[in-house]
Amino acid sequence: MNTSVFAPWNDPDEKPLIRFKNVTKRFGDFLAIDDLTQDIYAKEFFALLGPSGCGKTTMMRMLAGFETVTEGTIELAGKDIAAVPPNQRAVNMMFQSYALFPHLSVYDNIAFGLKRDKLPKDRIDARVAEMLKLTRLEKFARRKPHQISGGQRQRVALARSLAKGPKLLLLDEPLGALDKKLRQETQFELMDIQETTGTTFVIVTHDQEEAMTVASRVAVMDEGRIIQVATPDGIYETPNSVYVADFIGDVNIITGSAKAAGEDKYFVDWGVNQAPILATSERPFAEGQECHLAIRPEKISITKDKPDDAENAVQGKVLDIAYLGNLSTYHVQLPGGQVIKAQTANTRRLSRRGITWEDPVWIRWNATAGVLLEK
Amino acid sequence: MRRFALIAIPYTWLLALFLVPFLIVFKISLSDIALAIPPYTPTMKDGFAALIQGLDFENFVFLTTDDLYYKAYLSSLQIALISTFLTLLVGYPMAYGMARAPQEWRATLMMLVILPFWTSFLIRVYAWIGILSNEGFLNQFLLWTGLISDPLTILNTNTAVYIGIVYTYLPFMILPIYAALDRMDDSLIEAAEDLGCSRLSAFWLVTVPLSKNGIIAGCFLVFIPALGEFVIPSLLGGSGTLMIGKILFEEFFNNRDWPVASAVAVILLLILIIPIVLFQRNQQKEAEA
Repeated sequence: MNTSVFAPWNDPDEKPLIRFKNVTKRFGDFLAIDDLTQDIYAKEFFALLGPSGCGKTTMMRMLAGFETVTEGTIELAGKDIAAVPPNQRAVNMMFQSYALFPHLSVYDNIAFGLKRDKLPKDRIDARVAEMLKLTRLEKFARRKPHQISGGQRQRVALARSLAKGPKLLLLDEPLGALDKKLRQETQFELMDIQETTGTTFVIVTHDQEEAMTVASRVAVMDEGRIIQVATPDGIYETPNSVYVADFIGDVNIITGSAKAAGEDKYFVDWGVNQAPILATSERPFAEGQECHLAIRPEKISITKDKPDDAENAVQGKVLDIAYLGNLSTYHVQLPGGQVIKAQTANTRRLSRRGITWEDPVWIRWNATAGVLLEK
Repeated sequence: MRRFALIAIPYTWLLALFLVPFLIVFKISLSDIALAIPPYTPTMKDGFAALIQGLDFENFVFLTTDDLYYKAYLSSLQIALISTFLTLLVGYPMAYGMARAPQEWRATLMMLVILPFWTSFLIRVYAWIGILSNEGFLNQFLLWTGLISDPLTILNTNTAVYIGIVYTYLPFMILPIYAALDRMDDSLIEAAEDLGCSRLSAFWLVTVPLSKNGIIAGCFLVFIPALGEFVIPSLLGGSGTLMIGKILFEEFFNNRDWPVASAVAVILLLILIIPIVLFQRNQQKEAEA
């Protein structure tokens, strides 16, 4: 797979395309970006993910040049871009609203940036044709934006922002206005286009699935800071904090105190009358330190009978079953009152399901299934 | 049937308040002047056959024999065009400023634009006499600052008429342009800049085309009443200001020549039909777009 080889962030010789250095941005008293330092490499598909108001859009608008930096510097290809106005940056942006010019045809929208560069007409024609082909819009070149569908508008916006061949393309919630099915298709299209053109993409989104699907690296943001930057699987499998674990996907958090249990192994004391949980962790914990065990529901299995050889097994009662078609999530209440979610794939037909509401069940997981977190 | 009743209301309105009065005016324009009440002949009292026979296009022919009339039409067109253009020059920046103002100010600004309507139009035009006359506020102020040594003659010239028209019709220009600019998505300007436009070229390439319909609507709303304007040229204009509204007034009240006055009005309406049709085309095109 491509992602396994493409990891410029691990190569110390690689020069980043974008470099945020201690960037702070304030709007009046409001601190939008808090002393942020981050490198983004060429050809990356970098996702900024976070709840609304976390500063992800501000970061993008600073890259585009629509917002100034209060403190710190942003470098693009080694040069500080603070003084470069948006119309002279080799950066283009695809707007959340698409911002297509309603008075211009699809063709003229895509040609808009090229015309500003005063290119000869035949070169503009050739480039626009190329963009139309890339986004499969050849048939709609003469239409006005209001005469095409939402998905087509989205592709026009993409074609327009790519037409000038920017070093960096910024995408602000590019798929937010599309319905779910179209969004999923378009995600793959975006990845294809990013690969074909070799452009660096920075995408802002609040949709974690979208970020996970398209991005080479995901930055999870909160309150003006980047909490964690990692590949999608890194973010999912080894979150560095409860915030990230909780933000990405579904997770069970069990809080307790750590007790050493051999090399890289800890017992987590988490409740009276409960056997301690065995968990592995490369991160060291002090004796009795508070810790949080994050386990994904799909890593927990559920059985009616007591498992014999499980590293961790707890008995509980089925409180709720969420049937999602392909998956079922069981909400299991433990004697202490805590509810743990366990997920299983529905490989059998629903009528064959052996577990139902109020059933006493056992849930089990391996020591390596979860991640032990400090905070 | 209900649909018919529904559209019947506006049609009856138009019929009663536009078509019927117009037909009456048109009929008078085909009559002859007479020393009678009403001061024209023939009337319905003469019977229908005599009425039809008594009508002719004499008055329209008369309008072509005296060059006063066509000069007045031309001069009115010229004054209306120039003052519409001036109103656009003054109104566009104001509308732009309003659309760009912080949201909480907009209602106040809108109010300030509409506020003059709360005072009588006539009094506001009279007030300009006090400002523009030789001893008026403007001249006194300019003399005081030392910019001029002799008072400027503004009142009773075409300049005063332009000032009056621009002042009076400014809200009609501002409001449609403001409405167009207000609807515009700010990210369009950002997108234009992002694609390489300077602030100024973004304005010409995006803002102006997108406010085009507002500009057209505003220009017609100013041009159409300005063409037939009577009060402003007669109060602020001088003997040299020739406008068809003034001629019409003189024919009607000073000469008591209702038929010629009606003929002048009918021609004025015919001239106005052209811009009105153009205006409607524009609205229709916008609706289709």
